[in-house]
Amino acid sequence: MVETFLFVLLIFMIVGSIIAIETKNLLSSVISCGIVGAAVSIAFLMLAAPDIAITQVVVEILILVILIRATIMIDNTAIEAHWDTFAVVSSLIFFGLFLVFAFLAVQDLPPFGHPSMRVSQQYLETGLQKTGAANIVASIVLDFRGYDTLGEATVIFVSILGSFVILRRRGRKRRTEGDTEKVGILSEAEIREDYEEFRE
Amino acid sequence: MATKPNLAASDSPKGMTLIVKTVVRFAIGIVFMFGWYIIIYGHLTPGGGFAGGTILACGYVLLTLAFGKELALTKMSDMAASIVDNTCALLFVLVPILGIAFGYFFLNFPPHGKPFNLVSAGVIPLYNILIGLKVTSSLFAIFLALSIFGRFISKLVEEAEEEE
Repeated sequence: MVETFLFVLLIFMIVGSIIAIETKNLLSSVISCGIVGAAVSIAFLMLAAPDIAITQVVVEILILVILIRATIMIDNTAIEAHWDTFAVVSSLIFFGLFLVFAFLAVQDLPPFGHPSMRVSQQYLETGLQKTGAANIVASIVLDFRGYDTLGEATVIFVSILGSFVILRRRGRKRRTEGDTEKVGILSEAEIREDYEEFRE
Repeated sequence: MATKPNLAASDSPKGMTLIVKTVVRFAIGIVFMFGWYIIIYGHLTPGGGFAGGTILACGYVLLTLAFGKELALTKMSDMAASIVDNTCALLFVLVPILGIAFGYFFLNFPPHGKPFNLVSAGVIPLYNILIGLKVTSSLFAIFLALSIFGRFISKLVEEAEEEE
C-alpha cells in the first residue's frame, strides 16, 4: 500500500521536475520545483519520519519565497530552446551506465522496509536511558552523532559568510590606519538611504 | 515608539494590501509560538532546532513581505542577525568543549532528569535553542542579503534596458 503511494509520488515528482526544466517562464519553473519538495515531504510522512517531513516542508516554503523574491525581478527572461546533439547523446550514455550499475547495486540492498539494523538497533534500545531524550532523533542527532551536527552548523555558518561576502554592495575599504568602521554589512541608516535612492 | 511613524498601521503605504496585513497580524503570533514550541519541545516531540528555526525565519520573512522592510528591520536588523548567528555558532562550540572538564568532548554532562519532562535530557534542549536561534538569524540574513543587497540585479537590468 505504502509502496504504491510512493510510486505515485515519484511519478508526480518526475513530472514536476520535467515541467520545471522545460517551461519558458522562470516563475512557473520555480513553482514547479516546489512540487518536488511537497511530494518529498509527503513521502517522508508516509515513511514515518515526521522530523524530516517538518524540516522539508518548512525549508521548501522558505526556499520558494526566497527564489520567487530573487527571480521575480528578472522574470522577463525567456529561455531559447536549442538542440545540442553532444549533450543529449552523452547524457543518454551516462544515464544508461547509471541504470546498469544501479541495477547491479540494488541487488545487494536489504529488502524495502527491512533494514539491517546493527548500530541503529543499539541506539533505539539504549537511547532513552543514556541521553534522557524522549525524541530518539534528537538523542541521535545531538548526542550520539553530535560531531555531525557540529559539522552541519559549521557548513551553514560558512555558507552564510560566503553569501554575505558575495552579495554585499560595498567592498571593504580602510580609509585610515585606525579605521574600525564596519563596512561589510550596511547599517540601518545606510540601508534606508540606499532604499530612498532606489525608489527615486 | 510613540514619536516614530507607526510602520504596522494598516494604511501605511509600505508593504502589501489591507487584507494581507490584517491576516498577517492574526497569524504572526501563532507562527512564532509554533516555532518556539518546535524548538523548546525538540527533545520530546518531532522537530528540533533546525525545523523550528526555519519556522521563525519564515515568520520574519512574512513580516518583511507584508509590512515592508522597515518594520522587519526594526524587529531584527541584519546587524543583529549577524551578531546572533555568530554568538550561537561560538556557543555551540564552547558548550561541547565545556564537556571536556567532565570527561570528553560532546559529553552530555548535566543530570538527565526524568524522561518526558520538559527539563530533561541534559544539554540537548540547550543545543536545540542555540541551533534554532542560529538558523533563524542566518536564514533571515540570507533573505535580507538577497532582497536588499541583491537588488542591484534589477538595477543592472534597468540600465541595460535604458541603453537599448
